[in-house]
Amino acid sequence: MLSVTGLSAHYGRAHILDDVALEVGAGEVVVLLGRNGAGKSTTMKAIMGLVPPSAGSIRFLGQEIAGREPFEIARRGLGYVPEERRIFAELTVMENLEVGRRVAPPGTAPWTPERLFALFPSLGGMRDRPGGRMSGGEQQMLTIARTLMGNPRLVLLDEPSEGLAPVVVERMAKAIRALKAEGLSILLSEQNLHFARVVSDRAAIIEKGRIRWGGTIPELMAADAVREQYLSV
Amino acid sequence: MATLEVEALRKSFGGVQAVRGVSFAVQPGEMLALIGPNGAGKSTCFNMLNGQLRPDAGRVRLLGQDITGLAPRRVWRLGVGRTFQITATFGSMTVLENVQMALLSHHRRLGQLWTPVSRMDRAPAEALLARLGMAAQASRPCGILAYGDLKRVELAIALANEPKLLLMDEPTAGMAPQERVGLMALTAGIARERGIAVLFTEHDMDVVFSHADRILVLDRGALIAEGAPAAVRADPRVREVYLGSGATQGGH
Amino acid sequence: MENLVLQALSGLASASSLFLVAAGLTVIFGVSRIVNFAHGSFYMLGAYLAWTLVTTLPRGHLGFWGGVVAAALATGLIGLVVEVLLLRRIYRAPELFQLLATFGVVLIVQDLALLTWGAQDLLGPRAPGLRGGTEILGLRFPDYELFLIVVGPVVLGLLLLLFHRTRWGTLVRAATLDREMVGALGVNQRMLFTSVFFLGSVLAGLGGALQLPRESVNLHMDLSIITEAFVVVVVGGLGSLGGAALAALLIGELHAFGILVLPKITLVLVFLVMALVLVVRPHGLLGKAPGPAHGGAGSAEPVIGPAPRPLLWLGAAALATAVLLPLLAGDYALSVLTEFAIFVLFAASLHLIMGPGGMASFGHAAYFGLGAYGAALAAKWLAAPMLLGLAAAPFAAGLFGLLFGWFCVRLSGVYSAMLTLAFAQIAWSVAFQWVEVTGGDNGILGVWPDSWAAPKLVYYYLTLALCLGATLLLRRVIHAPFGFALRAQRDSALRAEAIGIDAFRTRWLAFALAAVMAGIAGGLFAYAKGSVFPTFLGIPRSVDALLMVLLGGVQTLSGPIIGALAYTGLQEQLVRLTDLWRLILGGIIVALVLFFPQGLAGAARARWEASRGDA
Repeated sequence: MLSVTGLSAHYGRAHILDDVALEVGAGEVVVLLGRNGAGKSTTMKAIMGLVPPSAGSIRFLGQEIAGREPFEIARRGLGYVPEERRIFAELTVMENLEVGRRVAPPGTAPWTPERLFALFPSLGGMRDRPGGRMSGGEQQMLTIARTLMGNPRLVLLDEPSEGLAPVVVERMAKAIRALKAEGLSILLSEQNLHFARVVSDRAAIIEKGRIRWGGTIPELMAADAVREQYLSV
Repeated sequence: MATLEVEALRKSFGGVQAVRGVSFAVQPGEMLALIGPNGAGKSTCFNMLNGQLRPDAGRVRLLGQDITGLAPRRVWRLGVGRTFQITATFGSMTVLENVQMALLSHHRRLGQLWTPVSRMDRAPAEALLARLGMAAQASRPCGILAYGDLKRVELAIALANEPKLLLMDEPTAGMAPQERVGLMALTAGIARERGIAVLFTEHDMDVVFSHADRILVLDRGALIAEGAPAAVRADPRVREVYLGSGATQGGH
Repeated sequence: MENLVLQALSGLASASSLFLVAAGLTVIFGVSRIVNFAHGSFYMLGAYLAWTLVTTLPRGHLGFWGGVVAAALATGLIGLVVEVLLLRRIYRAPELFQLLATFGVVLIVQDLALLTWGAQDLLGPRAPGLRGGTEILGLRFPDYELFLIVVGPVVLGLLLLLFHRTRWGTLVRAATLDREMVGALGVNQRMLFTSVFFLGSVLAGLGGALQLPRESVNLHMDLSIITEAFVVVVVGGLGSLGGAALAALLIGELHAFGILVLPKITLVLVFLVMALVLVVRPHGLLGKAPGPAHGGAGSAEPVIGPAPRPLLWLGAAALATAVLLPLLAGDYALSVLTEFAIFVLFAASLHLIMGPGGMASFGHAAYFGLGAYGAALAAKWLAAPMLLGLAAAPFAAGLFGLLFGWFCVRLSGVYSAMLTLAFAQIAWSVAFQWVEVTGGDNGILGVWPDSWAAPKLVYYYLTLALCLGATLLLRRVIHAPFGFALRAQRDSALRAEAIGIDAFRTRWLAFALAAVMAGIAGGLFAYAKGSVFPTFLGIPRSVDALLMVLLGGVQTLSGPIIGALAYTGLQEQLVRLTDLWRLILGGIIVALVLFFPQGLAGAARARWEASRGDA
């Protein structure tokens, strides 16, 4: 579904991504693991067109999207949930969802606010509340819901558990598994291995802008040396 | 005497009570963790301690002196160092200059108009950076530093004030697991050595349970538990509102 | 009583017209964060286009109203072209650079309008069907004014519906908060911005076109409306439509009644109102404190290091030229060189506020002018010798710097800049209207140097020594703890406060110091010219200073020095060479913004660093 090969990006002279390759299949959840500054967010942003890639190919649903503008990429069915949440603070929950709304591709059941409130029950009770007056956990739910309103085929989820209380992280894990059950493909970035392990099928480890290891979650849990070296756990 | 005493602190925003009557104390050399769900009032609580927010009611005392409602810069003068959840440093200055600024302020030399900064308080700033393992980064601009390093710069800035109290809001957020442990071990070492009281908030339970001497748990603006790590971890109420089953966190 | 009612009605009509223009400005600012100086030019173009269309089209309802609407739409299209060709490329540039670019557009439009419609005032026909008047309380009130009173609220209502009840409006409000995120959600934000710019320009054009039956169309319409529209937008709160309506009402009515009570006050009334409102409400009547912006923020300011070696050599060479060249120069060249030295100090003083201080000033000429008047008044009323006059200049400027600065530095961004403008205009109107003391428009003449300094060469060296010394002193301050503290509060107010820096006091003293330095420059200018005039503290001179700093670059002190030399030299030459100097200067400014977004000095520095190969 998403196939990234040879992706590089620069910031000034510094290489921030170097020959990154990734695959996400239909209905699959793949996690990109790595330390802070390893290149996880940049990979996400480069796929989304928010950071210009300097080389490489990004194919989504069989079409090349590298070098396209973010809005064009989003329109092809790629959703993006940024790390810093970035909800529209002065817009209400319903208005935030409206900004994300896009017509669903034919033959699929479109996301509606009602369906999303079933997935994230706490949002349903605050439809007219401005986004700026919600807690961090609620905001994180809203960013995901807002992206789903665009009926994406694949979602880039950048560190959804960062800064959340453990109980909220558990709720988040549940929601992600429910989305997977709906057939959504997800590329996740995480530092929290415990969380990643619970929701993902496969993992790729990134370090200093390069992919260092790839495999299934059971393989990762068996590879003590890999976890030790790159994730320091 | 306790370094920091907080008594019945209250704050509401537009009718919503963010903090409702919180009291606690921090002793010299103690690492006290403040944990709780998002929106529990941790940041509000923190911001009232160093004067960024004025409490509606209650008292904050530093070494017995009432500092309730003082401006942050006055609280700093009395010996309080602060690090922020989202790091705040001077991006147009080098790491060394950032620390020099804190030292110059501590020595009350910031009003000077003639001598260049490059000749003032350089050695002690370098010593402080060396202590935090940042000597190699001293001449790099803060604007291009990695996040984990910025957290260290903030700690160096706070320590430049020879503080009696350190307030650290999520000191390890955005750091890799091993870095987190390293930074907190270093902080704990310095705190014990100099008798600095440390109050910190944190979401990484590994950090909290391995470095805190005592833990406060805040929920909906009120303290629901307080005590040694083992006791807090076993508390059913804390598990319900905050810790959860432990499936998505390590080690507990 | 009846008169008062009519006066109130006529205030409403003005408020309505003002609101149309201000609404466009505030809508554009809300989304693009661009302070669009060219908005006044669009207003003027609307009026000119309407004149052409209405006088060409057949007479009657269709001809007139059709012409007005077509003029508004055509203005919208012009705005659209400007957005696509220019502004779209600089959305990520610093706020003041965008302002500079739009100022370039103002200059270009002025000359284009002059070429197209000529210099004479044009009178349009009256509106068909609204030529008469209606009797109100026994007095006749023009129907057209009544019509205008209705237009304002109708447009406000339509805009509010548009922004709060349509998908387009929701998207626009979202883009106001975080444009990049809106794009990542699949919205073509470029089209969105362009459409907003079109709408804003249509409103400006409509505002201008509707003036046709009220007043003559002329080349001064742009600058006169833009200041007032800005005041309305700022008083209302940037980006707030309701605030703009309220502020337009306030200012329209105050104008109407101000004329009755105290005719002299009309020149300065709007600025007094703005100063008052901003002192009490730092973000305007209905404005909110801006949150952290996403997607448009520039990178951190660069570290200030010791000057690179080539720059030191360049400086030494420039100094040698400045010292040796005048020995060969004639009187005219000496006057020009004297002005160069004065403007270098003037620009350097503004740079202290704008660069390290991180504040903008739209009214820095106030301190230049106050310095000049300080020296001239001492010479005229106290018969003070020149050196005493030159000492009085920084004293007067510094005193008012302390006073005005105390209010200005509490505010931030455009609000702070507009308050400096307000104080400058108040100072200007005092100089202009207190004829008994200042001589009013005629200025103060006969401010000549003492006989020992009368030879042009001697006066030049005196000026050079003082300006150079003061500029070097500024440099010293920037590198000292005080200058670092100033940068500290700019970089992170939160961190500065947390390490014990009193941001207010630091900004305030820096503002006063800048005023003192500008005062020195002003005092020297007074003796160089032998006279002072209210124009010394006028808006155009403040804009000159702004242009010098921005052209050179705000990042290091070499910027304003190079900027002052380049701008003064360029303008001097252009005015001598061509009548169309505005067109050419505007074009150069636009080109510089597009190709050297860091200013001339910034570009040179970047090139030098790249050639040395360090990152």
